[in-house]
Amino acid sequence: MAEKRTYEIVFIINPEVGDDEVMRLNEGVQKIITSQGGTITKTEMMGRRQLAYEINHKKDGTYILLEVEGSGAEIAELERRMRVNDQILRYMTIRVDEARRRADKLKDRRARKAAKAPGSKNKQSAAEADVEEGYAA
Amino acid sequence: MSSNYSNYEDRDSGFGFEREYDRSMPRGPRRMQRRKICRFCIEKVDLIDFKDVKLLQSYIPERGKILPRRISGVCAAHQRMLAEAIKRARNIALLPYAAD
Repeated sequence: MAEKRTYEIVFIINPEVGDDEVMRLNEGVQKIITSQGGTITKTEMMGRRQLAYEINHKKDGTYILLEVEGSGAEIAELERRMRVNDQILRYMTIRVDEARRRADKLKDRRARKAAKAPGSKNKQSAAEADVEEGYAA
Repeated sequence: MSSNYSNYEDRDSGFGFEREYDRSMPRGPRRMQRRKICRFCIEKVDLIDFKDVKLLQSYIPERGKILPRRISGVCAAHQRMLAEAIKRARNIALLPYAAD
């Protein structure tokens, strides 16, 4: 649990609430996270969008995206609070650090392959790749 | 259920996936068809984001189903990522579960 995890949280706010209410909700959410020991690394107001299907008889909603770093405890608390909040139509939390690490690894491997490929002038990186692969084996 | 799948073949012209599909061609046991290649592999995509609605939309036909890879030509690894992203987008109402 000591490791830091990265989460992406998307939630949809009732379209009938005003802009300042949206800001207030957003601030409230952020406060919950910080008070539970998480840090917010990114906030993105995705704005008002049409929903692909109706949720609670609403056809559109205000989307907010947050990127949070933390242990997971703040997510549990946040989801508990969101569940009872009528203004939040839907929320979804996704853990992204693992997928991103995997993507980085793939990118890395591709870069090494490219360095190793015949015709490559970058001999030094090819040698480095060899060493690294030696460790892996 | 099986009729759903044959429907895709009639529609695919609208999706921009190249297919050589000449109806007047002699119908052998296996139709001649250009080898389809994975567009994500070419573009070296490592991560498919569920928020990229435009991209995901090109892999869901009108009905809202996920386009099978035998039609789109996406490789297995990328199809898994794509399916995951589409399902996430559906959950958050960016994409429909079922259209009409």
